[in-house]
Amino acid sequence: MTTTVPTTVTTAAESLVQIENLYKRFSISGDFLEQLKLRGGKLVREQEHVHAINGVTLDVRKGEALCVVGESGCGKSTVARTVMGLLSPSGGSIGYQGKRIDNLSDRQLIPYRRKMQMIFQNPYASLNPRMTIAQTLEEPVRFHNPKASAAEVRDKVYEVMQSVGIDPSWGKRYAHEFSGGQRQRISIARALAVDPEFIVADEPISALDVSIQAQVLNLMMDAQEKRNLTYLFITHDLAVVEHFGTRVAVMYLGSLCELAPTKTLFPSPRHPYTQALLSAIPRLETGRPGHIKLKGEVPTPVNLPSGCVFHGRCPHADERCKREIPQLIATDEGGQVACHAVEEGRI
Amino acid sequence: MALLEVNNLEVRFGLRSGEVSALRDINFTLERGERLGIVGESGAGKSVLGFSILNLLSRPGYIAGGEILFEGRNLAAMSARELRSIRGNRISMIFQDPMMTLNPVLTIGQQMVECLRAHRKISQQDAKRIALQKLKQVYIPSPEKRFDQYPHELSGGMRQRIVIAIGLLMDPDIIIADEPTTALDVTIQAEIMDLMLELCERNNVALILITHDLGVVSQVTKQAMVMYAGRIIEQGPTREIINDAQHPYTQGLMNALPQMAIPGQRLNQIRGSMPPLQKIPAGCAFNPRCEYVMEVCRSQLPEFTSSGGCRVACHLVAKMKLEEAAAQRVEEAN
Repeated sequence: MTTTVPTTVTTAAESLVQIENLYKRFSISGDFLEQLKLRGGKLVREQEHVHAINGVTLDVRKGEALCVVGESGCGKSTVARTVMGLLSPSGGSIGYQGKRIDNLSDRQLIPYRRKMQMIFQNPYASLNPRMTIAQTLEEPVRFHNPKASAAEVRDKVYEVMQSVGIDPSWGKRYAHEFSGGQRQRISIARALAVDPEFIVADEPISALDVSIQAQVLNLMMDAQEKRNLTYLFITHDLAVVEHFGTRVAVMYLGSLCELAPTKTLFPSPRHPYTQALLSAIPRLETGRPGHIKLKGEVPTPVNLPSGCVFHGRCPHADERCKREIPQLIATDEGGQVACHAVEEGRI
Repeated sequence: MALLEVNNLEVRFGLRSGEVSALRDINFTLERGERLGIVGESGAGKSVLGFSILNLLSRPGYIAGGEILFEGRNLAAMSARELRSIRGNRISMIFQDPMMTLNPVLTIGQQMVECLRAHRKISQQDAKRIALQKLKQVYIPSPEKRFDQYPHELSGGMRQRIVIAIGLLMDPDIIIADEPTTALDVTIQAEIMDLMLELCERNNVALILITHDLGVVSQVTKQAMVMYAGRIIEQGPTREIINDAQHPYTQGLMNALPQMAIPGQRLNQIRGSMPPLQKIPAGCAFNPRCEYVMEVCRSQLPEFTSSGGCRVACHLVAKMKLEEAAAQRVEEAN
């Protein structure tokens, strides 16, 4: 990768999924009657919202593994679900190969659903306990290839089961008969069964043990190579990101703080939040290198702070940070960072 | 006398399908102010061990053999009444999920005062004073305000601090922390770990840290033991285990970490998964997954071999040590 910032023309050429200025709000005020309040003798309707995503622009390039990291509540899973069309955005748009897909009807979405698949965090909840593994894997193949013969469907299921290392003769078993790692392999097989181009994986290995995590990550990397997949990988585990990701997007409170190639982000993080996040990873090395302590806690996404969402906890914050929302600017290392202090050369 | 001494502990679960051993041959000691890490994957028995130290196992689990000596008194043979004077008082426990540990319908203050007054004969005011002081120790901002709040009004990190404050209320000698930061984000995890280290050092409290995270163990503890399928397979100084693991399972666990592989390359995985307790293979429990498996591993349980400051239960390590010793004798003879 060159040190110059990719221009919009080149990103458009290789970009697979485009997330443009995405917003997502969730109402937390209940139904209509619960929203009615008496204020000074007048009946008024009041609504409160959780601002889960606030203006995120990202593009996922073909063949890469774009990792979205952040702490709980930063909106990373909401991004994943919105991209998949499981949630509709409150503002902004989602594009797939240049075509807008967030406003399509369910029927119009079907061809895209085939190209985009999702792997969920908890393999105990994401597999139907009443279906055998073979049924679970056959269903998407049949749905997306209604003309396929029974033999073709069986062959496809056989192929994906083998490729994820699950013995195809176990197809008659139910999900509860498998261990956590095996279940996650089955979830991956289900995603692969329709030959997708793009896979959104929402914390696919967080629920697994270390030795099993390595197995599943290897499997995902093999699949990426063999099937030419593009990943949007949501995780909070930075060690995994360092190993797996092509580029990393760091989110904080619904906003993108930093987007950079993995190779440059880990040695030289620019955003103060990224720096704090990376310094907090427990390392095996001797001694305890002091991590950057952040003051306070993540503010609630119901009442977002003004200006930069991170200013309340940032050691470099000044008046401008409290006032003005920072925009993403290009860095010398080929990444983008949204920080006034970096822009002004203060850090 | 060691503060805590566990000898040949065996824990069994009487299941409908038959008896299973969840822990076998557990031996270790803990000195005052020492920090011990217990590492293992799910199913290794590390949490059961944490529970059994305080004799908190509930049916169908029970301590089938061995002793747990706390200042020379056997916790495994104590009456419920005697145990109550130790639990939460001399030995306290911190669990993984603070929301499950705290009572949702009592304020933070009520829970703290209740704990204090259960163990000491003190007035409400004195109890409140001590509680507020402990809240300050764990850096809870505006403790007077938090004192009257309910658990649900606090964030995850804050709740875990409260749980730690409650754990510290009686100035215990030992804190057993079972995955105390697993439910928390990495920045909060780092803060909580720093806090626990600081508090243990300042008050000379011994810590037993149960976790699956080798990074956390390496930063916090001085001694560590690695568990697999209900047994200790390697124990010794943490630095030695991290830098020079002897047991193939410990090595595999270390090598499986993403930071041990070249970015973009395959991770070094251990094949297979940990056997359930009912199906622990004969010989060394790790033998079906071990890449160095020998004939003897399939039939015979490995004894502990000393290697540096560590004890390792592995036939291969034992064999290598024997060969080393033989080679040395030959050298000396020459």
